[in-house]
Amino acid sequence: MFKIKEKVSLAHDVHSMVVEAPYVAAKALPGQFIILRYGEIGERIPLTIADSDPAAGTITLVYQEVGKSTMVLGGLSAGDVIDDLVGPLGIPSHIEKFGLVVCVGGGIGVAPVHPVARGLKEAGSRVVSILGARTRDLLIMEEEMKRASTEVLVCTDDGSYGQKGFVTTVLEGLIKKGEPIDQVIAIGPVPMMDAVCKLTKPYGIKTMVSLNPIMVDGTGMCGACRVTVGDETKFVCVDGPDFDGHLVDFGELRLRQRMYLKEEREAIEALTYVGA
Amino acid sequence: MTEKKEKIPRQPMPEQSPEERKGNFKEVPYGYSAEAAMIEASRCIQCKKPRCVAGCPVGIDIPGFIKAIEDGDFSSSISILKESNALPAVCGRVCPQEDQCEILCVIGVKEEPVAIGRLERFAADWEMEQKEKKALEVAPPTGKKVAIVGAGPAGLTVAGDLIVKGHEVTIFEALHKPGGVLVYGIPEFRLPNEIVEYEISNLAKAGVRIENNVVIGKTFTIRDLMEEMGYDVVFLGVGAGLPWFMGIPGENLNGVYSANEYLTRSNLMTAYDFPRFDTPIKRVSRVATIGGGNVAMDSARTALRLGAESIVVYRRSRTEMPARIEEIHHAEEEGIEFHFLTNPVRMLGDDEGSVVGMECIRMELGEPDDSGRRRPVPVKGSEFTLDVDAVIVSVGTGANPLLTNATPGLELNKWGYVVVDEETGVTSIPGVYAGGDIVRGAATVILAMGDGRTASRAMHAYLMGEELETAPEE
Repeated sequence: MFKIKEKVSLAHDVHSMVVEAPYVAAKALPGQFIILRYGEIGERIPLTIADSDPAAGTITLVYQEVGKSTMVLGGLSAGDVIDDLVGPLGIPSHIEKFGLVVCVGGGIGVAPVHPVARGLKEAGSRVVSILGARTRDLLIMEEEMKRASTEVLVCTDDGSYGQKGFVTTVLEGLIKKGEPIDQVIAIGPVPMMDAVCKLTKPYGIKTMVSLNPIMVDGTGMCGACRVTVGDETKFVCVDGPDFDGHLVDFGELRLRQRMYLKEEREAIEALTYVGA
Repeated sequence: MTEKKEKIPRQPMPEQSPEERKGNFKEVPYGYSAEAAMIEASRCIQCKKPRCVAGCPVGIDIPGFIKAIEDGDFSSSISILKESNALPAVCGRVCPQEDQCEILCVIGVKEEPVAIGRLERFAADWEMEQKEKKALEVAPPTGKKVAIVGAGPAGLTVAGDLIVKGHEVTIFEALHKPGGVLVYGIPEFRLPNEIVEYEISNLAKAGVRIENNVVIGKTFTIRDLMEEMGYDVVFLGVGAGLPWFMGIPGENLNGVYSANEYLTRSNLMTAYDFPRFDTPIKRVSRVATIGGGNVAMDSARTALRLGAESIVVYRRSRTEMPARIEEIHHAEEEGIEFHFLTNPVRMLGDDEGSVVGMECIRMELGEPDDSGRRRPVPVKGSEFTLDVDAVIVSVGTGANPLLTNATPGLELNKWGYVVVDEETGVTSIPGVYAGGDIVRGAATVILAMGDGRTASRAMHAYLMGEELETAPEE
C-alpha cells in the first residue's frame, strides 16, 4: 500500500501527487518511471517520476486524466492509498555537462522533463527549457522548470501566454540564432516528439526522446512496449525509456498507442455507469 | 515386484466436456473422489526399490504417500508429500509426470502406470478442504537471513525448505502478486490461481515474508541485499522471461502478442473478465498461435476461451511438439486447429496498424538437427496466407538481463543464463545461489523446484557452516 501524502491540481484534469514510496525514492534517477495499479481491478500503468525526495521517502507523479486508471487516480485524495507501485524502472537519462542543452516539454511532458533538466543543470550544463501547452491554463510546472533551468521559454498554441506557436517554432528560432546546441531532450505527445526530431535532424542536433507506450510488467517480460529504433525492435521498459529520437519509428509508435482505444472507451463508460 | 495383484485399470479422472469447457476458464479436470483415489492407489505394488522416486526432481517418497492414500490415511499422505514438496497441489496438476515418475513405474511396463500425479493432486486437494490443517514444523530461529529473488516455483521451494530450518526468509517479487509463472503464465483452466494462493499462504503462515513490487536489479541490487540489508544468503529464481519474437516483418503490428503478454493479460490481470477488470485483451475472431510447446497450448486454449477460432501454427510435425501430450490432446478435443509443418514468413496489417493476416510457408522435415529432431526446411513456392486478426508468438524466451546486468561478478554463459555449480546451485558470487529458468533456460515448474531443492540444501549448509551431505536426504 502506497499512501498519497499530497495531491494538487495543476491544470484541468492534470494532477500532481506526492506518494510515499521509500524504496523508489531512495533509488530514483532522472528519466526513470514507476508502474502502478490503483487497486485490485486496476491496470498496470507506467508513469514517469517527476520528482523524488529520498529523505522524506516520497516521489512525485504527474498525470493527466485520459483513461480509466488516471481518472480513478484523479478521484483520490491525500490519505488515500494506491495498492501497488514498483520502481524505479528503466534506464536513467544520460546526464553530463553539456555546453548548451535544450529541454523541450510539451503538455504533460513538462513533468518528466523536469528532473532531467534539473540533473543537467546540476551537472553544470546551460539548460534552456521550452515549455509548450495548447493554452495558458494547461501550462504546468513553470516555476519548477525555472528553478531547474538556466532559461525558460514558454509558448502556447493559441498565444494566450508566452510566444504563440508550437515548441518547434521556438526551438527553430533558437537553432537559427546560431548558438551551438549540444543536445535536445524532447518529452511530450508522440506527434510533438516526432516534429521536434524532424526539425533537429537536418541540423544534426542529437535529440533524445522519452517514450511512454503501453506496458504491462515493465521488466522486459512481455514485450507490450516494443518500438522500432533504427532497424531493431526495442523494449521501452528495459532498453529505454530514452532513445535517439532520430531513429524512432514514430508512425508505428502512434499506431501502437491506439491499440486499445475502443477498450479504453468501454472501460471509461463502465466507470461512469457504476458512478465510481 | 512380481507379486500378483488383481488387474485394476488406471482410474480415469472426470473432467469438463470439451463443449462445456471451451466457453469458460474453470479447471478442466475435477480431480479424483476419495474412492477413485483409493482404488488407484491400490494399483501401486510398493516396489522396494521404487524407480519412480528417481524420476522425481524433488525426490518425493512416492510409494509412501500412495500407500497412505490406499489406507485412507489422507492426512499422512499429504504430510509425506510436504516433506519433499512445498507445492503439491501445483505439481499434481502441472508436472509432466508421464516423462518423470510415471514413465518409470513398473506397472507401466504391461499396463498403464499408476496415476501418481492425479494421486498427488488428490492428497493436496483433500487437505485444502479440511478445516484443521497441519502447520509446517519450524525449527528454532537460527538468526540467519535469507533473501529470495522471485516468488515463482524455484523461489517458493527454497522458501519452504529454509523457513522450516529456522531461518528468516524474505521473498522479493517484481509483480504485484507472488507465484511467478504459476500466476501470470499457466492459465486458470489448468492451474487455478486460488490453488497457488493457498500454497503460498501456507508458506506465509510458516513465517515466510513476501515483498511484492520489488525489482531486484532496480529497487535493490544483490549488493544492497547482502551489504546494506543484512541478508546472509541470496537465491535468484527470477525466471527466463524475455520473450523471443521471430524477427519477421509486421511483428510489431497491433494484435501481435508475445505469449507472455497474452497470458499475463488474461491470467495475472484477469483481462478475460474485461471490463469488470480494467486490463483489456483483443477479442477477435481468429487467433493464430505460433509454436508447439506447453505455453503455445496455454495461449491457444486461452484464445479459444476468449471466443476466437483458435489455430496453432507449428513448423515441425505433431511428433516433434514439445508440449505435454495431455495438453495437445485437450487442445484438439476443444477444437483447436493445428497447422503442422507451417512457418510464418510475415504478418500483414491494415491502415490502422492492426494485424489482418499471416503469410506462411509449408515446411518439410529434413535431416536431424542439434536437438535430434528433424530440421524443418521450407518448401519453395508454397506460401499461403492465413486470415487472422491476432497472433500469439510462442517460440520461447531468453534470459532477462535486468538482474544479471545489475550484478557485477555474476558469471553468465553465452546465452546470458546464470552459471551455477550443479551440486549446490551456487553462482560465481559466494552466498548467491540460483535455479530455475534463469539457469537452465525455459523448462518446467518441477525442474525449477528441483533446482530450488538442490540450492536450499547447500544454502542451509553454507548458513550453518556445515559440510553439505553428498547424498540427498533419506
